[in-house]
Amino acid sequence: MTYITKPRLHHPTLTKNKVGYTRRDYEGKVSTLCAGCGHDSISAAIVQACWELDIEPHRVAKLSGIGCSSKTPDYFLGASHGFNTVHGRMPSVLTGANLANRDLLYLGVSGDGDSASIGLGQFAHAMRRGVRMVYIVENNGVYGLTKGQFSATADRGSQSKKGAVNNDSPVDMVGMALQLGATYVARGFSGDKAQLVPLIKGAIDHGGAAFLDVISPCVAFNNHAGSTRSYDHVRQHNEALNRIDFIALAPEVKAAPAPGETLDLPQADGSIMRLRKLHADYDATDRLGAMNHLQLHQAGGELGTGLIYIDPHAGDLHAALNTSRKALNALNEPELCPGAATLAKINASLR
Amino acid sequence: MKRIEAVNDFVIKFANVNGSGSASANELFAKAILRMGVPVSPRNIFPSNIQGLPTWYEVRVSEKGWLGRRGGIDMMVAMNPQTWEQDVAEIEAGGYLFYDSTKPLPESAFRSDITVIGMPVTAICNATYEDPRQRTLFKNIMVLGALSVLMEVDPAVIEKLFSEQYKGKERLLESNVRALHAGRSFATDHLSPPIGLRVKRADAVGNRIFVDGNAAAALGCVYGGATVCAWYPITPSSSLAEAFEKYCRKLRVDPDTGENRFAIIQAEDEIASIGIVTGAGWNGARAFTATSGPGVSLMTEFIGLAYFAEIPLTIIDVQRGGPSTGMPTRTQQADLISCAYASHGDTKHVMLLPQDPAECFEHAAAALDLADRLQTPVFVMTDLDIGMNQRLCEPLQWDDARAYDRGKVMTAAELEAGRDFGRYKDVDGDGIPWRTYPGAHPTKGAYFTRGTTRDAYARYSEAGPDYVYNVQRLLTKFDTAANLVPAPLVRAAARKTRLGVIYFGSTAPAMDEAMVALAGEAIHLDAMRLRAFPFAASVREFIASHDHVFVVEQNRDAQMRALLINELEIDPAWLIPVLHFDGTPITARFITDNITKHVHALAVQPRRERVK
Repeated sequence: MTYITKPRLHHPTLTKNKVGYTRRDYEGKVSTLCAGCGHDSISAAIVQACWELDIEPHRVAKLSGIGCSSKTPDYFLGASHGFNTVHGRMPSVLTGANLANRDLLYLGVSGDGDSASIGLGQFAHAMRRGVRMVYIVENNGVYGLTKGQFSATADRGSQSKKGAVNNDSPVDMVGMALQLGATYVARGFSGDKAQLVPLIKGAIDHGGAAFLDVISPCVAFNNHAGSTRSYDHVRQHNEALNRIDFIALAPEVKAAPAPGETLDLPQADGSIMRLRKLHADYDATDRLGAMNHLQLHQAGGELGTGLIYIDPHAGDLHAALNTSRKALNALNEPELCPGAATLAKINASLR
Repeated sequence: MKRIEAVNDFVIKFANVNGSGSASANELFAKAILRMGVPVSPRNIFPSNIQGLPTWYEVRVSEKGWLGRRGGIDMMVAMNPQTWEQDVAEIEAGGYLFYDSTKPLPESAFRSDITVIGMPVTAICNATYEDPRQRTLFKNIMVLGALSVLMEVDPAVIEKLFSEQYKGKERLLESNVRALHAGRSFATDHLSPPIGLRVKRADAVGNRIFVDGNAAAALGCVYGGATVCAWYPITPSSSLAEAFEKYCRKLRVDPDTGENRFAIIQAEDEIASIGIVTGAGWNGARAFTATSGPGVSLMTEFIGLAYFAEIPLTIIDVQRGGPSTGMPTRTQQADLISCAYASHGDTKHVMLLPQDPAECFEHAAAALDLADRLQTPVFVMTDLDIGMNQRLCEPLQWDDARAYDRGKVMTAAELEAGRDFGRYKDVDGDGIPWRTYPGAHPTKGAYFTRGTTRDAYARYSEAGPDYVYNVQRLLTKFDTAANLVPAPLVRAAARKTRLGVIYFGSTAPAMDEAMVALAGEAIHLDAMRLRAFPFAASVREFIASHDHVFVVEQNRDAQMRALLINELEIDPAWLIPVLHFDGTPITARFITDNITKHVHALAVQPRRERVK
């Protein structure tokens, strides 16, 4: 499909958001991924979430590693700067970019090979540091670009397209993110856009390290019987924990639902994120409870999806480092250079 | 026995136990001599341990100002029984041995051709102090007191140093002064001072400063405007990042808000360090990492990305002995090739080669400018000898009129005005394209950065001509770099000569001394000190205008010589390697002996036809 040039002309009736952009303004180049790839649905969900949140496209920096998923930042937000880095090392590059300019929104896109195998260490340490970012793992349990090898998130006992059985136990990225200090942890499914878009919006609004595991079936290499990441298997075993509604910048909540059914979480911009519970006993602000609940689902072969954990008062790396409000990349000589007179004093102290 | 008699010209070595507090007393000794106007150059010699194992501090006192390691020990202060035998054996005939005589030693433990001075320091300390920690610490100060008497070091100078060190801590100050004088009285009463090695006031220090290269490089990064530092602890570079943090906390905190105008991350490894620096550089902040050889090995994939994607960043490599873990606490200049050509594919990188702490400061700041100007990784190749030892050097200098060179950054206004933006397009003929900072403009100037091939407008492309355009342009850029980096410095011999010598980095002080010694033997050499890679045109001219050129360096494989041969297509026969690589800093004696031997051989059989 790569030879088709996307038309630049948009239909004049397309709805504009508050910052004057239509949804099409958030699109990127034409995808080079396989038709039906879950990753393209995630790109579409990112486009939708950014448009709905009135984010100016050029205020987003999108970073990725290497792999099918890491190619996708070229296919959305064409007016944003993008950086396709080194295999497994997106988290460190994103961390550095974030340190340089705290005023942009950092979107890290990775895959299960990129984040759970070669990049497991960087994934872990970025979570530990609480880098403010939206970290999306497009998780299909398989290496697509190198044609069908198991990835580290493939379930034990699942079968490859060629019939090989995976003997290794899977890396549970959601469990790790919870343990390592991510303050927003969610799991979505590329086949459920209605659930995924609010999860991404919640991650964008979050004030700390947000991790999203999105199960995204690979139509070319991991969509067969015997795979636990096929569209059919995921649909059958998807156990949604909750649904997110956003109540824009309005603290007065109309038609309050019955207590116990919802959880209202204030957002940094003054709006409210309302969590509609699908499991009455599930509390997404209880980290230990979330870990437990998730493990129970997993033991039963079910994939818990939705907002798994949120710390509404999360801080981030800049808060921990007490960095200046003004972006570091905007500081100049007067703010950075102590000057010759100070140097003369330092010289004097070294004699 | 003929005692060594020398005023302001000798080498004294302290053999200590790691973690016994000897380091600060040793530094005081060196500084006291400096304050008397006599140049010193101390060197820490330490194994890779923290406590309980041997460590040495070798101080060369030289009124003539020679700061290289001399070789040979005139006096040993042997405070470590573990290394007694080797320490005693190392003393030059006619030299001196100072030791703790609390425990009697058999006569066989000594030598008859040296002067032995015993002081029961442990016994004296045990009698004076109750606290075991005090006993150890003040032992060092008592020894310092005794030495000051034996060598006629002015006690007032030491007391002044104490008062500066313990400003506001009167009790500590007083007890140190007391320990000093206890040592002095013992020496006066029992050790028949002075010995043949003495310090006499002089005026040979001038306004020079005494600082280690890592601290100076850290200051260079502060002055040069680095705001992001990511690092992973590795000897001998760790103290550089730590010094950066120390100076930032003093000099880079917003006085109004208390906020930090810097961000320092101790990363999980060197890969993450360079990744963080790459991200920050991409996003318009000045960023650097400090590391050593093994760290550079881990960073090489990223270095290739930064080279190809054209991202400014600075890497300070404080070199140590490799390969592998090699000699982690010893010095070498052995990362030249691995840095110059770091990463897969065709890559070449800019390297700066500081000779001392003053140049560590200068080059660190220059590297940040060059990285932005050239949009590429820039290495500062220092080493353990410069980095971890205090060295007398020119005061650090900064011109307040100096502006940071941010390089070719297209602004929002320029984009708005419709200026053509091709991220990888050479519009100025110097191979350096324009870049934009992320978030600069709503509709113009965004591009996708990648390690894969792209066209001049940053669009993905696997077309051969696009690739060739890119990598050829990078070569043009490298040529541009050769004219921007610090130029080599030439020192002509007193007489016209057909011989030349090329050297760089921490070899400089030993080379300075060797040049004088060689001239004394009627061997005259024109000398060129390289300060950067790629090589300026003058390097080729220098080699072409001499029959033979010695290349002096501190590694086994003559790495700088290899770079000269490879980059300038020089006939290897013209370049004679002089190589020192046992992990100790190169000495003037080594260079002099080596070059003398070669010169004699060349007189009989030249390796090259005479240059016309």
